[in-house]
Amino acid sequence: MTTLISARSAEGGRVRLRTAWALRLWGGRVSVLVRPRALAVGLVLVAVSVAVVALSVSVGDYAIPLERVPGAMLGFGERLDVFFVQGVRLPRALTAVAVGASLGLAGAVFQSLSRNALGSPDIIGFTSGAATGAVAAILVFGAGRTVVSLGAIGAGLATAALVYLLAMKGGVQGYRLVLVGIGVSAVLGAVRDYLMTRADLTDAMGAQIWMIGSLNGRGWGEVAAVCAGLVVLGPLLVGLGRRLRYMELGEDTARGLGVPTQVTQVVALAAASALTGAAIAVAGPIGFVALAAPQLARRLARSGGTTLVLSGLMGAALLAVADLVAMRVLAPAQLPVGVVTAVIGGSYLLWLLYTEWRGNRA
Amino acid sequence: MRVSALAPPSPTRRVIRPVGLVVCLAVLGLCALLSVTVGAKPIAVADVWAALTDYRGTYDHDVIRTLRVPRTVLGVFVGAALGLAGALMQALTRNPLAEPGILGVNSGAAAAVVVAVFVFGAGGAALVWPAFAGAALAAVAVYALGSRGRSSATPVRLALAGTAVAAVLQGLVYGVIVLNDFVFDRIRFWQVGSLTGRDMEIFWQVAPFLVVGVMLTLSLGPSLNVVALGDELASTLGGRIGQVRVLSAVGVILLCGAATAAAGPIWFVGLVIPHLARLVTGPDQRWLLPYSAVLGAVLLTAADTVGRVVLPRSELEVGIITAFVGAPLFIALVRSRKMAKL
Repeated sequence: MTTLISARSAEGGRVRLRTAWALRLWGGRVSVLVRPRALAVGLVLVAVSVAVVALSVSVGDYAIPLERVPGAMLGFGERLDVFFVQGVRLPRALTAVAVGASLGLAGAVFQSLSRNALGSPDIIGFTSGAATGAVAAILVFGAGRTVVSLGAIGAGLATAALVYLLAMKGGVQGYRLVLVGIGVSAVLGAVRDYLMTRADLTDAMGAQIWMIGSLNGRGWGEVAAVCAGLVVLGPLLVGLGRRLRYMELGEDTARGLGVPTQVTQVVALAAASALTGAAIAVAGPIGFVALAAPQLARRLARSGGTTLVLSGLMGAALLAVADLVAMRVLAPAQLPVGVVTAVIGGSYLLWLLYTEWRGNRA
Repeated sequence: MRVSALAPPSPTRRVIRPVGLVVCLAVLGLCALLSVTVGAKPIAVADVWAALTDYRGTYDHDVIRTLRVPRTVLGVFVGAALGLAGALMQALTRNPLAEPGILGVNSGAAAAVVVAVFVFGAGGAALVWPAFAGAALAAVAVYALGSRGRSSATPVRLALAGTAVAAVLQGLVYGVIVLNDFVFDRIRFWQVGSLTGRDMEIFWQVAPFLVVGVMLTLSLGPSLNVVALGDELASTLGGRIGQVRVLSAVGVILLCGAATAAAGPIWFVGLVIPHLARLVTGPDQRWLLPYSAVLGAVLLTAADTVGRVVLPRSELEVGIITAFVGAPLFIALVRSRKMAKL
């Protein structure tokens, strides 16, 4: 059963009619608000992701025509096709999608919790800790990829826990959490700077590429790791979406509306950090996706608040496109995908802001 | 609740503010003195005085005149500039997380330095001008984008525009350095932020910008107090919001651009110092700005001095020490009392 809800909003002198359908299931026990524009944007983002994955699998030094791609995915066709698609290109493309979705979703949660457009997983120091752990693993211990990933996760979790503990004093306030996170991140950044300037140039370059974030040579193990995180934590976070929206109105208001704010905050922080952690362990701290995806999503959907699902889809599409570009733009030289997310994501956000602010909207 | 900067200060604060400023200045004097005397080779205060007034060309005198003094002078000015720029930036954007980097200053400087190294193989003092130009260009671009359309640059707009510009520039920097070892090698040292080996020549290059920036910024205090009330109330009270914002942005560009050009990106000072200063001054910009300048200078000179003696036979860059000294202090303050909000 659907109900039509309409709200009038006066904007720029015009009266615009906004519509949304409330979808009620099981006698109203579950109800979802569906806005046509958001739905359309979501479908477009899914289509873009699928198309880009197909394209990434098909292009390369060994080109596979698109019509041979579906067969090769399922293991039919020429042996070389199957090897490249199943063994190399498909896992990499899927890693991009899953990592992007994780980062976009986590970014939206962090921006919502901190009520700050600049809020990102960095604010609780997780990213900074992970980067420092990985750099130390690479430069001090000369570790391989698995150990680097584990080091990153361990250091990230330890840092997040430390920040949370240091910020705790009769409950954790968002503001204090953010400031403590900045302080701890600064120390970790200094440790990284120290290691980077004392290391051998080649090793330092390896560490630098890890810090930029790269999807080069990622396989099915990585896909499984990130997808496991998404499957478990994604629905949990989306389920918390409405509470988070209430909390954006202010903690007192949310409490008045019956939201258990402290619990919600801790659960959402932990889940979003774990998502980010899995993404970072697999691909390094790819910059800007967590920050830009939620902003892009809410602008495209013309939504007033944070949109978790769309942010995840936006992140997936963004990273899939970025990795395709990273592979091909200077081929045969390979760029780390973090270079491209920064340039593409940044330019796209610039263009969006440029056109949005051309009018007289404040 | 928001405490207005225009509200009369409490009696204790009225006494504490001027006294505290004098104390901070005294501490700064002490730090500067230590910075000149302490190092790999400790030099007595009397010799320092002799080197400045009665130069005899001894080894100690040369160390004082060509190494320690330039470094100390630069440290004081760079620290003051960063502290001021940070306070200005937080007032301008009304965002406690704002630091001068949000206007794209650091990423602009980094991108220009990368280009200078990549194209011309430049290094040392030759990087000062590209860094300053890059910082200024990036900041102007951010401000222009943020103030597009009919309304003036609002805080959220500046933050978003700055983030986007910084990301693009950062991406370009990464793109160049991963494909080029030589550029990466130069940049990894520039990126840390250091006063090592800076001479008076570098100071004189950036001094005009720093002096103009400091004077401009300190004169903005009263107008910033009005702007802090929010756009609508401020314009009702006759505050010229647009004008104040433009002047503040010019101040940030001059101060932070020059500081970054001279010492590399040291972002933590601009972020933290205003928070520390606000604990003493409250939200009144007329006091907050001078306090931020003095405390920034204290932090930077002290950190530079510590960096010289903490390791045997080698130095730690000032950018590393500011984080190690400043962050625990900052966290302790955040924990010990309710932070003064903006």
